[in-house]
Amino acid sequence: MSGMQDSLRELYQEVIFDHNRNPRNYRPLPAANHHADGHNPLCGDQLTVYLQVEDGIVRDSSFVGHGCAISTASASLMTEAVKGKPVAEVEALFRDVHALLTEGREAADPARDFGKLEVLSGVKEFPARVKCATLAWHTLHNALVGEHETAHTE
Amino acid sequence: MNAPCDPGAQTPILDLAADFPILSRPLHGRRLAYLDNGATTQKPAAVIEAEARFYRESNANIHRGVHWLSQHATELYDGARATVQRFLNAARADEIVFTRGTTEAINLVAQSWGRPRLAAGDEILLSTMEHHSNIVPWQLVCEQTGAVLKVIPVRDNGELDMAAFAGLLGERTRLLAITHVSNALGTVNPVAEMTRRAHEMGAVVLVDGAQAVAHQAVDVQAIGCDFYAFSGHKLYGPTGVGALYGRAELLRHMPPWQGGGDMIRTVAFDNTTFAPPPQRFEAGTPNIAGAIALAAAIDYVQGVGLARIHVHEQALLDYGTRALAAIPGVRLVGTAERKAGILSFLVDGIHPHDLGTILDAEGVAIRAGHHCAMPLMTRFGIPGTARASLGLYNGLADLDALVAAIHKAQELFGTRGGTASGNGRVA
Ligand SMILES: Cc1ncc(COP(=O)(O)O)c(C=O)c1O
Repeated sequence: MSGMQDSLRELYQEVIFDHNRNPRNYRPLPAANHHADGHNPLCGDQLTVYLQVEDGIVRDSSFVGHGCAISTASASLMTEAVKGKPVAEVEALFRDVHALLTEGREAADPARDFGKLEVLSGVKEFPARVKCATLAWHTLHNALVGEHETAHTE
Repeated sequence: MNAPCDPGAQTPILDLAADFPILSRPLHGRRLAYLDNGATTQKPAAVIEAEARFYRESNANIHRGVHWLSQHATELYDGARATVQRFLNAARADEIVFTRGTTEAINLVAQSWGRPRLAAGDEILLSTMEHHSNIVPWQLVCEQTGAVLKVIPVRDNGELDMAAFAGLLGERTRLLAITHVSNALGTVNPVAEMTRRAHEMGAVVLVDGAQAVAHQAVDVQAIGCDFYAFSGHKLYGPTGVGALYGRAELLRHMPPWQGGGDMIRTVAFDNTTFAPPPQRFEAGTPNIAGAIALAAAIDYVQGVGLARIHVHEQALLDYGTRALAAIPGVRLVGTAERKAGILSFLVDGIHPHDLGTILDAEGVAIRAGHHCAMPLMTRFGIPGTARASLGLYNGLADLDALVAAIHKAQELFGTRGGTASGNGRVA
């Protein structure tokens, strides 16, 4: 088996398939007070991220949209990961995940425990697919900072 | 022509992969099955060598020197123009303008023919299946002139709605801009008939030949169109060069769209006069080596014979159509009666981009996405497709590799047999 087939299996792990087939928190959030749209025109991936933030804490988070397995799984894992976290911590997580996906583990906070999100790091070997994994995270960031511009990754 | 289940199906007749050096390189440890010819074709050694030979033996600027090399380079460049002329069966060599490719050729017509002539309320007729390069230049010219776009719809099987076309053609139609072959669906449009009907209404016709010229013989006089655009790189030639055919009567009355050297007759600060076509439209030093290598590509293709290439690719298309249709969960997008070698498809539960990545790991290079035809994807309600597009060097083994790789992807995704439905949010 060549390196490419190994990299493929690193990326397409069961966690990804599971979250693609049954995305968590896949629904609009009527109680949301933050939301943003994300769009990757190159892929046609499109999603909306909803956040309910109270007292500086992300109480609930959800998404709707459509995209490839990587972008769907990334959004699904993300909504799980941010629930219950203070906004400042979510922003720090955004920065670390972004670093993990684009530059590698070394670029992220060494103390960071990525947990299930670690699986997303497999995209690093597929430059054309990094944007798929980062789209939900950029959209999350926009939702938090109140940018109403659609987040774009392309 | 490619009716599935036709018992008398043709068989592929060409075996030319050895002429293309890149095809012998493995990809991720696998045999490369290059099925992205719609994006760009690979180059035969004859083309690579022609470009290198020009730089080794003949390089000089053209139309500028009295020295031997410059005259020699000029002769080669003019010879390349004559080759393109014969290739398209244009009446005259000065009806061929070298451009960077199809995109630049269309922009040239939009800015040089369209912008000075179009007025508010004039209509430009194009179709839902156009490549962005045959949409956006017209949108720009509409903004500049107040002209409006009218769009011929596409039927479910990927053919143009010809009744709607007839209805849309009217007094105000100034231009029909239509693709010869759809890059996303493979549909071959009846451009000769459409040209005749557009001419009856007094409209000018531009045909986008980017996906046609490498796969069937093209005769611009038989089509009757006023403009015909193509790119060298989709015709086994180099990137960065292509051509616009324009009927002499039209080109003669078109102003330049870029200014510079080589396109003038005389320059003075109070009066500059322009060279006649085609030089008027070729400002600056052109892609000389590219044009010469493009001519070598045309020689190569004509040496093989476009009729034989057509038979070969139709046989592959037929085989590929049946093979894909036989995979549970695979749906073809674009099933027109007359098709070029393009297989656009969707696999249940697997997004085209995931499919593209997985196929690549198996050595199968296809394109996944919207194919620069977003309005068409919107028409079909899909974000994109996976697309296998054929070239003259492809064989049954490439299609077998494609099919095997799709099975692999379905296994990986747990959708083998088309049962599991994925997240159901991708049409
Ligand atoms: C139908 C069609 N038109 C135009 C183009 C643009 O060609 P180029 O990018 O070579 O200018 C393409 C290329 O993808 C095409 O397929």
